[in-house]
Formats: sequence, C-alpha cells, structure tokens
Amino acid sequence: MAMTATVGHAHADPHHIGLVIEHPGPAPKRIVTAYGFWVFLLSDIVMFSCFFAAYAVLSGQTAGGPKGSEIFEQRNVAIETVCLLLSSFTCGMASIAADVHNRFWFYLGMAVTCVLGLIFLAIEFNEFADLIARGYGPSRSAFLSSFFSLVGCHGLHVSAGVLWLLTMMAQVFAKGFRADVLRRMMCFALFWHALDIIWVGVFSVVYLLGGSV
Amino acid sequence: MSDQAHVPASHDLAPGDEEQHSVGARIVGYVVGLALALLLTATSFFIAGTDLVWQPSIPVALIVLAIAQMGVHLVFFLHITTGPDNTNNVLALAFGLLVVFLVVGGTVWIMGHLNANMPPMDQIMKTRM
Repeated sequence: MAMTATVGHAHADPHHIGLVIEHPGPAPKRIVTAYGFWVFLLSDIVMFSCFFAAYAVLSGQTAGGPKGSEIFEQRNVAIETVCLLLSSFTCGMASIAADVHNRFWFYLGMAVTCVLGLIFLAIEFNEFADLIARGYGPSRSAFLSSFFSLVGCHGLHVSAGVLWLLTMMAQVFAKGFRADVLRRMMCFALFWHALDIIWVGVFSVVYLLGGSV
Repeated sequence: MSDQAHVPASHDLAPGDEEQHSVGARIVGYVVGLALALLLTATSFFIAGTDLVWQPSIPVALIVLAIAQMGVHLVFFLHITTGPDNTNNVLALAFGLLVVFLVVGGTVWIMGHLNANMPPMDQIMKTRM
C-alpha cells in the first residue's frame, strides 16, 4: 500500500481488502529503509541471474579442459551448504535477540554466524586454490570462467557480509540497540538470508546439475 | 519519517519483519524453516547421486527442489507472505522474478538456438584458412 499519505476515505482501502486504514502519514523509517534494501537485494539477484545465465550457456564449453563432474567434490559442497543454512538460522536468532535487546544472545548468534561464514569461505577458497594449482584456473575454458565468476561473486558477497557482521557487532557494542543500529541489523539479516537463497541456486545448478554432465 | 525503534506496523510490514509474535513463536518459525530447508537440501543431494529414479527426471527434480527451497527461505527467513501488509514486498519480488526469468530463460533459449545453428568450430577455422 502507499508509502505516502493519502487524502480522503476513498483511497484508504485501495486493494479492497476490507481493511480501512486512516493513513497517518509517511511510513515509519524502519519500513522505508528495509523496503529500499529489499529492492537492492532484488537487483542483486537480477545481477546474479546474469551470471547464472552465462554459466548455463557456457557449462558445456570446456575447450578440452575438465568437465564439471571431474572437478566438483559433492562432500565439500554439502558441508558448505549446511554451514550457510545453519548460519542463516543463527542470524535469525541474532535478529530476534536484537529486537528484544538481549546482548548475550545477540553476540552469541552473530559470533556463530561469523564462524560458519568463515568456514564456508575457507572451504571455497581451498577449492579455488586447488583448482588453480591443478591448472584449471578461470582462463582454462569458458566453462571455468563462468564457474569462477558465478561462485566467486557469491563468495565475495559472503566476505562482504562477514565484514558487515563484524561492524554490526561493534556498533551494538559501542552504541547499544539504537533505532538506527537496529535498522542496519535488519538490513544485514535480509542480506545474509538473500545470500543463502542465491547459494541454493548455486549448489543446485552449478554443483548438482553441472556435476552430472 | 519518524525514527522510532520498532513501530507496531498498522498497515505495512518491512521485508523481514514479522507480524507481532512472541519470541517463542518467532524461534519456532525459524526452526521449522531450518528443518524444511535441510530436508529439501538433503533430498537434492540424494537425488543428484542416486540411480533409484529415472535418470532424465533428475535435472527437473533438482530445479523443482531448488525453487521449493527458495520459497521456504522467503517465507520462513525473509518473512515475505501473502498478507495484505506485505503487498509492496511481494510486488517488488514479483517484478524481480519476472526480470530473472526473462534474463535466464531468454538467454538459454536464444543461445541454445544459436549454438545449434552454428557450424562446428573446426569448420569455421578451415574456412578462415
């Protein structure tokens, strides 16, 4: 519904949902901020869809190099997936703790999220380093170029997310659960959950579908 | 814009915000989401490696499972619902999905046809020489 004030009773129920609302004025800042961040996340997902499209087109173009099934290790991917999934859960716990102003559970949830994110990054970094050491770097074939750019872009997002997570802990430590800090925490939680959604696409399309080719 | 900590939203919900629930109910929501997501993930990994099912169905099954899991994440973690207080969030999501499907679907469709209609690379190289 409208984020601006509407005048008159006729516009109070624009979708005819039987819920007449007298608009008190502009929406609260928490809603506006989170909505703007939601739009950013959707545009980020659109950007990822371009990388997914490139991977889908180029996954067969191995130029004599390795195929997906020869270089992917399902066990590592499963561990990475569980790490990200659990970190999404602990991030949710941390945001609940932030809403009820409970410092202990907030720090604990954020710390566990951070550790799980770092484990994910370490496994991914090892995988990349191993591939490059075997001569299967991004310049080997179009398939590997698209693989490294898609998975690497997600990894960069997770790295940025871990940095953001640490700054959120520092902000709560220094400023407490102020309204602006809580808004940032909310945006961070949205970001972290969105990264998990993108990872669902990555492990399904890249590792499981691409590994069976 | 007012700058209050947590305004009980009377008519709109921010993405990620839930309707007013107790802490216990919110935790249960996350636990249910985590259980469903783990179940779907385990199924995906099992399907990908098994020969119990008809092999050509595996890619479709993986895509369906992935979309289902994304839905679980949206509902239980991002709290995007179909409620009237979520209209803005759902409309933005719908537009985002439209663009995603246009980009991915259109690319796969067009590039697949171009690839099928292109002569093999070694023939192109021969005609150049």
